Amino acid sequence: MQEYEVVVIGGGSAGLAAALSAYENGLNKILIIEKNSSLGGILNQCIHTGFGIHVFNEQLSGPEYAQRFIDKLDNTSIEIKLNSYVTKIDKDKTIYYSNDAEGFQVIKAKSIIMATGCIERTPGAIKLEGERLSGILTAGLAQRYLNIEGYLVGKKVFILGSGDIGLIMARRMTLEGAKVLGVAEIMPYSNGLRRNIAQCLEDFNIPLYLSHTVKEVKGKDHVEQVVICQVDENKNYILGSEKTFDVDTLILSVGLLPYNNVLEDLGVQMSSTKGAVVDENYQTSIEGIFACGNALHVHDLVDYVTKEAMQAGLGASRYVKGLLKHGKYIETKNKNGINYVVPQKFCLQNIDKEIMFKFRVTKPFQNVKILIQDGDRTIKSIKKMFLLPSEMENISLNLSELKDCKSLSIEIMED
Amino acid sequence: MKNLTCIECPRGCNLTIDDNLKVTGNFCIRGQKYALDEISNPKRVVTSTIKIKSLEVVRLPVKTSMPISKKLMFTILKYLDNIQIEAPIKCGDVIIKNICDSGANLIATRTILK
Repeated sequence: MQEYEVVVIGGGSAGLAAALSAYENGLNKILIIEKNSSLGGILNQCIHTGFGIHVFNEQLSGPEYAQRFIDKLDNTSIEIKLNSYVTKIDKDKTIYYSNDAEGFQVIKAKSIIMATGCIERTPGAIKLEGERLSGILTAGLAQRYLNIEGYLVGKKVFILGSGDIGLIMARRMTLEGAKVLGVAEIMPYSNGLRRNIAQCLEDFNIPLYLSHTVKEVKGKDHVEQVVICQVDENKNYILGSEKTFDVDTLILSVGLLPYNNVLEDLGVQMSSTKGAVVDENYQTSIEGIFACGNALHVHDLVDYVTKEAMQAGLGASRYVKGLLKHGKYIETKNKNGINYVVPQKFCLQNIDKEIMFKFRVTKPFQNVKILIQDGDRTIKSIKKMFLLPSEMENISLNLSELKDCKSLSIEIMED
Repeated sequence: MKNLTCIECPRGCNLTIDDNLKVTGNFCIRGQKYALDEISNPKRVVTSTIKIKSLEVVRLPVKTSMPISKKLMFTILKYLDNIQIEAPIKCGDVIIKNICDSGANLIATRTILK
């Protein structure tokens, strides 16, 4: 049976960075298993710019960002299996995958890095009312049709949800000749980056209807009309506020969920982010199995995916070399105003200099403090003018700040 | 006076530019340049895809090598409808020089080997 030091599952932004990092940290027998016919993952369909400002100090398009990593593979011993799908992993790190050329294969790994990305929430996931008509698509699917296959899925479009992909698609479809009549967002604030509201909606005078959702989709076989309605603070319809739009397409940009079916089958401990519970090296509850990128928690910037995946690759290399220590874990807790924190636990003995905590707030805040505490002791307090749920926050703590730390919690302190 | 959202990085600073062209609210120097451009001649990087003869893909992603005047965006996109290219092509290759007199080159943003 073929045996690898590390097998990376997924060849997108997280998988590429994790594999390269494992290689740069001394591992040689590395395999990337990718289900698609090319590396790069979703970056290949994200043809707009805005990637790489933190990693390369440049504004790159998605394919360019991926290409930087793909080009680096050339001078390494990293093996690639394309068009290959992993169906199962055993606790002893036996991996089962299949593809057209090799059929069904079983391999062994000393360590595994899960970099399987995320999936889009569907009409069913948000209980969209009305007929199941053609012309209702998720934003990422519409993006794939347009940017990879070259098909514009509609001419008159309404978008539900103000997630970044929805905003990007509003601009992209407008530029390719479609008329985007509006974007409805059920929350009273946008779920996309501020710059995307500016350059994707305001640039083209596309209205954003906050506290609105789609009440009904009408049509025979195909979408013909979308009815939106304002909602109150409990997300109940405010009757009489309905607006009707004649459209042929409804695009949904209503959130992403980490994709972890293989990990779930394996019985790895999962968290509220729908990703695995991980430690400072992004190791899951099963030793030697790591998780990173959008499979762990949904990021808004690929740069942070890269950095996280590099840490996971370093972690896997340390694990294979027997360098990871088995110390006591300290749990990180999310308190008032914090939705989640990654990593969920850490072991001080395995931290070189510093550790980065990533988290999201539960709702928008203005002029507040982020408090990081060890019991009653404040480790750090950071003033913030704005905090939005759509923007992932990160805070690094160095070892001296964590000295004698017994617990760690992050919370928002309002005046 | 005008309020703008900076699009230069994900931070998205809230910029204010007053009648004397003084920019405030910017975290870095990019914000100042963006605000000044935005009130005189707003510019954007245009990204799209063009047809490609290849065994691997049917569309090649492209972008302008620098931000171009917003007014030219739709002109450039219309122009791209009739462009076709053949693999191999390397990420960064110039496909059209000074596209639609915008001052920017159109460049490939993905490597397609065959």
